Amino acid sequence: MSAFATMDAARMGMHRKRKVMNVVALTLALGAMAFGLFWLIWILIETVRLGVGGLALSVFTESTPPPLAETGGLANAIVGSLLMVSLATALGTPIGVMAGVYLAEYGKTTWLGAVTGFINDILLSAPSIVIGLFIYAAVVATTKTFSGYAGVLALALIVIPVVVRTTENMLSLIPNALREAAYALGTPKWKVIASVTLKAARAGVITGVLLALARIAGETAPLLFTALSNQFFTANMGEPMASLPVTIFKFAMSPYQNWQELAWAGVFLITLGVLALNILARVLFRNKH
Amino acid sequence: MDTRVNLPTNEKVKISVRDLNFYYGGFLALKNINLDIPERKVTAFIGPSGCGKSTLLRVFNRMFELYPEQRAEGSISLDGENILKSKMDVTLIRAKIGMVFQKPTPFPMSIYDNIAFGVRLFETLPRVEMDERVEWALKKSALWNEVKDKLNQSGSSLSGGQQQRLCIARGIAIKPEVLLLDEPCSALDPISTGKIEELIHELKSDYTVMIVTHNMQQAARCSDYTAYMYLGDLVEFGPTNELFMKPKKKDTEDYITGRFG
Amino acid sequence: MAATLPASSYSDKKNMERASPSGDPPGRRRVLPWADTAFSILAQGAAWITLLLLVGIILSLVVGAWPAIMEFGLGFLVSTEWDPVQLKFGGLVMIYGTLMTSFIALLIAVPVSFGIAIFLTELSPGWLKRPLGVAIELLAAVPSIVYGMWGLLVFGPILATYVQIPLQTAFSDVPYLGALFSGPPVGIGILSAGIILAIMIIPFIAAVMRDVFETTPALLKESAYGLGSTTWEVVGKVVLPYTKTGVVGAIMLGLGRALGETMAVTFVIGNFNQLDSLSLFQAANSITSALANEFAEAGEGLHQASLIYLGLILFLITFVVLALSKILLSRLRKGEGSRT
Repeated sequence: MSAFATMDAARMGMHRKRKVMNVVALTLALGAMAFGLFWLIWILIETVRLGVGGLALSVFTESTPPPLAETGGLANAIVGSLLMVSLATALGTPIGVMAGVYLAEYGKTTWLGAVTGFINDILLSAPSIVIGLFIYAAVVATTKTFSGYAGVLALALIVIPVVVRTTENMLSLIPNALREAAYALGTPKWKVIASVTLKAARAGVITGVLLALARIAGETAPLLFTALSNQFFTANMGEPMASLPVTIFKFAMSPYQNWQELAWAGVFLITLGVLALNILARVLFRNKH
Repeated sequence: MDTRVNLPTNEKVKISVRDLNFYYGGFLALKNINLDIPERKVTAFIGPSGCGKSTLLRVFNRMFELYPEQRAEGSISLDGENILKSKMDVTLIRAKIGMVFQKPTPFPMSIYDNIAFGVRLFETLPRVEMDERVEWALKKSALWNEVKDKLNQSGSSLSGGQQQRLCIARGIAIKPEVLLLDEPCSALDPISTGKIEELIHELKSDYTVMIVTHNMQQAARCSDYTAYMYLGDLVEFGPTNELFMKPKKKDTEDYITGRFG
Repeated sequence: MAATLPASSYSDKKNMERASPSGDPPGRRRVLPWADTAFSILAQGAAWITLLLLVGIILSLVVGAWPAIMEFGLGFLVSTEWDPVQLKFGGLVMIYGTLMTSFIALLIAVPVSFGIAIFLTELSPGWLKRPLGVAIELLAAVPSIVYGMWGLLVFGPILATYVQIPLQTAFSDVPYLGALFSGPPVGIGILSAGIILAIMIIPFIAAVMRDVFETTPALLKESAYGLGSTTWEVVGKVVLPYTKTGVVGAIMLGLGRALGETMAVTFVIGNFNQLDSLSLFQAANSITSALANEFAEAGEGLHQASLIYLGLILFLITFVVLALSKILLSRLRKGEGSRT
């Protein structure tokens, strides 16, 4: 007690200054947190409010209407999105998983592994509109038509880096002892990977696929000049195909009331779907661990 | 160091190690090991941390080949054939030599499938025979009574001691001739440890067992022969009683009496 | 149940339990030997696909942009002409728009993300840490089109009324700053786009920064606390120096994202292909917006080639930024020790 009493004025002053500094800095941090959350929550609330208002059964059953029409929905866009997103995931997942397997199980010491890992992470964050340009040049220009297939390819190219990264991470978490136990039984390498390691990492890999799916569900840019859009309903992948994001883009930028309402409904649906997928992925992952 | 083994003449030699040198990159981890492992007996390897006992064990089933910077020179003869240089597929060699690790490693599948996994690699058995094999392996590792009603549950649902016995059953199911145990009890509680030591006693009537342990008392309890290693050298090898009661080398005596650890 | 075991020639009654069941010891590999090679070829092939993807993208961009590169050369980078009729193109408007919006976005997002990351790692009570962390990660997953639409239809008008008009009247007589705030205050333009972009990348940068901060060993922080440091001092004197390469890497990752973002920007930037003034309120254009709006209808030829030229420039910029960020982030990871 007496020690404090004899602490000289200079030290007390410094101590007080440090305390103030601490409170100030931490208040700012709290403020930043509140600031960030505020905007994001506001956006979500608005999306729900305006989106739910525009929801009706017709949104799911009728195709996109002309401007200022009385009725209409988003059926063709919803179906188009579902088709393209699921096909893209089906196409990109095997490639992504195998490349992730390569990086984690074969390529840890090779130059191919190091370079691929590096490139993959860059592709992960690369502008998705550039992917659209690439597919345009490779597919649309050569087939002379916009098509659902081109859209699928563009989306698949976005799925692949996500799945590669999560698969590699999950496989790398599996301890070597498990692999060695399988080898010790006389298991050939491919079976160690397929029947033991991948199986042990199963939950994490599936999570990665779900996250990739959620990501492409909301992507607009890669579809803009690959699948283009279609005001009518079609399930023919060889034709231009409507998708939720592109339709929303078109409708929201327009001055027409009915289009804008549909756009909000569409945005609400996408956000709901994306958040649901993300939550599902998390729950799945947590249950296995 | 050359410690040419003097096995009593009535002991059959299962594995002969001659002039074995082992490298981690440029580092010589095992120095000129010469050793004969007797058949159907338990041979324990003891020594302070870093002496190379686990490294030696992992040479026997060529586990080191998974890591490019590790290599072995010399010969290891199993029933006369040098397994280091054999043209036989390494997976068949590994099927002859089973291994159990420090930490239990159940595969992410049911108890039944864990045991059947290795068998399915090499044999096509009808369901009835597979059931019998699984039961036999679980009985031999003293686990059958505890799991016979839950063969379909995941291997990781068992306790630590049970998981380790599962791994032993898994290794036995493919009918190896040699069993390598790398500190099998180090992650287990004393009761489970006791059960496994009993098991080792049972197993040696059918298999040649080699066990690495940092617990000298365990070596004294379980083994017929003991090898003492230090810094990559095989210092002394002999019948367990003799090595513990009347060690031939002073270094051995110092370690055993706890003068260093 | 010894009765279920098949009788074996080795066994007698006493040794019944020890008898090995029928079946030959493994003499032949049942599993196909070529499966190993096939599998590894498949895996390696998949890795090559990723590599070839990058090569393909760069190639197709260069080939597509070639007519424009030949026609305009490097002057493209500094010309503001954009005339689809006379076929005269220059990318400065879009390049400026891209860089400026990203700059504004980072200006706002970095301090806020920083605060959030500090809050998540040091300040938040235990029960709040995980829900908040999950909330941030979920927000990072919301598609950018949501932000864009909200920005245009909800935020823009509000920005116009409560921010732009007051700023304009306040600075109307100030010489240089006034120019910055001139222009039609209708809620679109570079400032709006920058703000929307900032809100969009805040969760992303915050999540990466939080991960970076969490690599600081607990022991290191405890040593500092043990000496009597305040929380802020631990952050400033221990965590930040330890993770500084990672923090820069996180910022660059955010920059890479911002540069390549299309939807959050396109709605509010105004799609105006002229650079009349440096006003933040003026409608402008960015590379991604130009592509989004014009590419589908652009005639084959110089218009399309010029757009692709822009795409190539954007790709090269983001490639460099992302490569740098990856190097910085992995240098941080190396510091914490390698994994087997």
